Amino acid sequence: MKKIALCFNIHQPFRLKRYRFFDLGSDHYYYDDYSNEYNMRRLADQTILPGNKILSDLIAAHKDRFRVSFSISGTALDQFELYAPDVLESFQQLAATGCVEFLCDTDSCSLVSLTDRDEFADQVKRQKARLKNYFNYDPEVFCNTQMIYSDQIGDWLYDLGFQAVLTEGARHLLGWKSPNFVYCSSTNPRMKILLRNYLLSDDIGLNFSEPQWSEYPLTADKFASWLRASDPKEEDIILAMDYNVFGEKNSASSGIFEFLRYLPSAVFSMGGMEFSSLKNISGQLPVGPLSVNDPISWVDEERDLTAWLGNELQQEAFQKLYSLIPYMKKIKDPVIRLDWRYLQTSNHFRFMSTKYFSTEKLFSIPSPYESPYDAFINYMNILSDFTIRVKAAVNATMQKKTKKTYEKTVHS
Amino acid sequence: MKVLMFGWEFPPHISGGLGTACYGLTRGLSGLSDVDVLFVVPKVFGDEDQSQIRLIGADHVPVLSKEVHMEGFLKSLEKIEVGVNIYPYIDPETFKKFPVSQWLENNRYITTNTLGTLDFKGGYGADLLQEISKYAIVASTIAYENEFDVIHAHDWLTYPAGMVAREISGKPLVIHVHATDFDRSGGEVNPVVFDIEKSGMEAADQIITVSNLTRNIVIEKYGIDPEKVITVYNAVEPGGIKDDVAAERVLSDKIVTFLGRITMQKGPEYFVEAANLVLKKMSDVRFVMAGSGDMMSKMIRRAARLGITDRFHFTGFLRGEEVYKMLYMSDVYVMPSVSEPFGISPLEAMQSNFPVIISNQSGVAEVLRHAIKVDFWDTHAMADAIYGILSYPALHKFFSVHGKDEVDALKWENSAYQVREVYYKAIGIRK
Repeated sequence: MKKIALCFNIHQPFRLKRYRFFDLGSDHYYYDDYSNEYNMRRLADQTILPGNKILSDLIAAHKDRFRVSFSISGTALDQFELYAPDVLESFQQLAATGCVEFLCDTDSCSLVSLTDRDEFADQVKRQKARLKNYFNYDPEVFCNTQMIYSDQIGDWLYDLGFQAVLTEGARHLLGWKSPNFVYCSSTNPRMKILLRNYLLSDDIGLNFSEPQWSEYPLTADKFASWLRASDPKEEDIILAMDYNVFGEKNSASSGIFEFLRYLPSAVFSMGGMEFSSLKNISGQLPVGPLSVNDPISWVDEERDLTAWLGNELQQEAFQKLYSLIPYMKKIKDPVIRLDWRYLQTSNHFRFMSTKYFSTEKLFSIPSPYESPYDAFINYMNILSDFTIRVKAAVNATMQKKTKKTYEKTVHS
Repeated sequence: MKVLMFGWEFPPHISGGLGTACYGLTRGLSGLSDVDVLFVVPKVFGDEDQSQIRLIGADHVPVLSKEVHMEGFLKSLEKIEVGVNIYPYIDPETFKKFPVSQWLENNRYITTNTLGTLDFKGGYGADLLQEISKYAIVASTIAYENEFDVIHAHDWLTYPAGMVAREISGKPLVIHVHATDFDRSGGEVNPVVFDIEKSGMEAADQIITVSNLTRNIVIEKYGIDPEKVITVYNAVEPGGIKDDVAAERVLSDKIVTFLGRITMQKGPEYFVEAANLVLKKMSDVRFVMAGSGDMMSKMIRRAARLGITDRFHFTGFLRGEEVYKMLYMSDVYVMPSVSEPFGISPLEAMQSNFPVIISNQSGVAEVLRHAIKVDFWDTHAMADAIYGILSYPALHKFFSVHGKDEVDALKWENSAYQVREVYYKAIGIRK
């Protein structure tokens, strides 16, 4: 039986408000509440609620034969709580069926996996705890921010107790190899690598409502026949995409929801295929090692990091942000810690991208800024204010400590 | 003595130093009992301060005939070739798309509205050159209908008007050079603008420049007889920052400010490099580049590459009170202009007790003693000056106290006296 996995990714950043230089030192609230609520509500009403309704119908209809996986970022979870409690409830109901798998991510969809091991571990553990708390689910497969992966990240994950990771089946990584197998890390054979089949995933995500496409219109039966037609030796096909492929990138009128509704029965009627969780797929034996020295992602033609760290603005912002790690280790203040999480979200760096051919269609969160420069200025103003607060807070704790030590010494 | 004065902008509708200077000068002249100024601008908006001068809007003057043949009417301008097919502030790409022949056809005749007046937009729009010629047409009407002894035209936009008025009335023309295209373009002058400037200067009986720096440009680049070029420095309106815009200072860091258009003329790149040098030695200082312009993105990239953007901020374009708020937050004001004919803004900063660092390549450097002057390219000297003012309170205090005294002594009345001398000289020559 060939295993088919459906994996949906949900993420929303906390967009930043217009923050002027004049606000430095006096205004410590950084977020555009209106825009965040608007976008979250839009995603909920256009995509998540109708999508989840179909998924729960499918689970009811096919019982244990249907499986689906979600990767929900920590900031999206926060926004569910703030703006869309109905969405959270809907996921809790899905989770209760036992047919839904949740993948673990860093809890603020950050790029920390590229820089600091301890901070990365913290963020992973926190996200794990939150999935347990919301959905009573212990995630065993990891899917990093924007599917960023390298050998080093794989090693770190293994130490954190994960035995499988989902990443992009990038062409430059695979060459003639097929993404439809389980591989293992070349530095640690126990770490399984699951690969997204981007061609088939993009047929749903990008091409579905494209009349110019030679295969337009795409029906569930046609798609199931393609799945069936893949090499019989291949063991699994992982279809991963942003959840907003349903209802937003492809509008409801394009028939995308009907496609989702009929896909399972089309797959079952072809025979020889079953739906599976990623955890289940990762139980298979790896067919070979994959070596990933330079991190890969699922973004842009290059499938690399240049969307976030491609120009000097992005590198500067990234470097300045993470130079605060030593300070953050000493800070307990929950408000500062929360801002620290939200400022790390990868989208802030993506908005500063000056890449010429950044595939706009894949840009799941459009930039709220006029230009990359505008994005950079605004972010750096906020980061400057944040830095002032962090350093002040650290100084205050240090003084307290010194005072205590001093008093102790004097009294004894 | 009656003066017919042509300007392009008048407060509060100003985009730069020109309007401020015209206002200050006319105020100064109005203080002289024997001088009467009739000020013409392309468009009167209605909210200008007309207490001390008479302001005429060219858009309110009826032109004699309903339809004026432009080529014929502008006979006196033919030699300067107001090439209507050349569009002043436009990039080559847009120019290619621009239907030149069609535009020429449409603009051979200038149509008046039903009141017999021409419509003016005011400001610096896309049809700037056409506005300039329209303005010149109206100038001839004004010259016919008014009595005056001398004509005074401010900057190249009004030279054609001044020349037409001179031709018609036979009165002497004084032109006032607030800037030349060499300052604005860094040497690569727009030939059309250059031609207008040069013909204006040649036609003028006397030329007033705002600094010796500009005087030299007029003499050397435009080939004008040094005898008829006289420097009269600008001054500054008394005032300074009012307390009601005083922002509360919440940052403990020192702030160094660059305020102005981020263009080649203003030398922003030297400010960035100097900031980088200072930041290597000091940590409790922030640099602000306030304003916008075509070099802004380049400056952002440079600052990012130097790794100083946590201490180097960009505000974008500032409006109204924000400018004063920014100044009030500053400890030092830096103007590293590559070529600045005068530069009133450092004077305004000094008036409010802020020390300034200015480049030797600015006209204002000729009149100030209590300001640090450096060559714009000498970023080490600039960094040294910034560091000094920030680190040694005595220096800061010295500059702010003496700087204010010095600036308070610069009065428009004095400039007006000198301008009046120029008028008399021009009238003498013309007779």
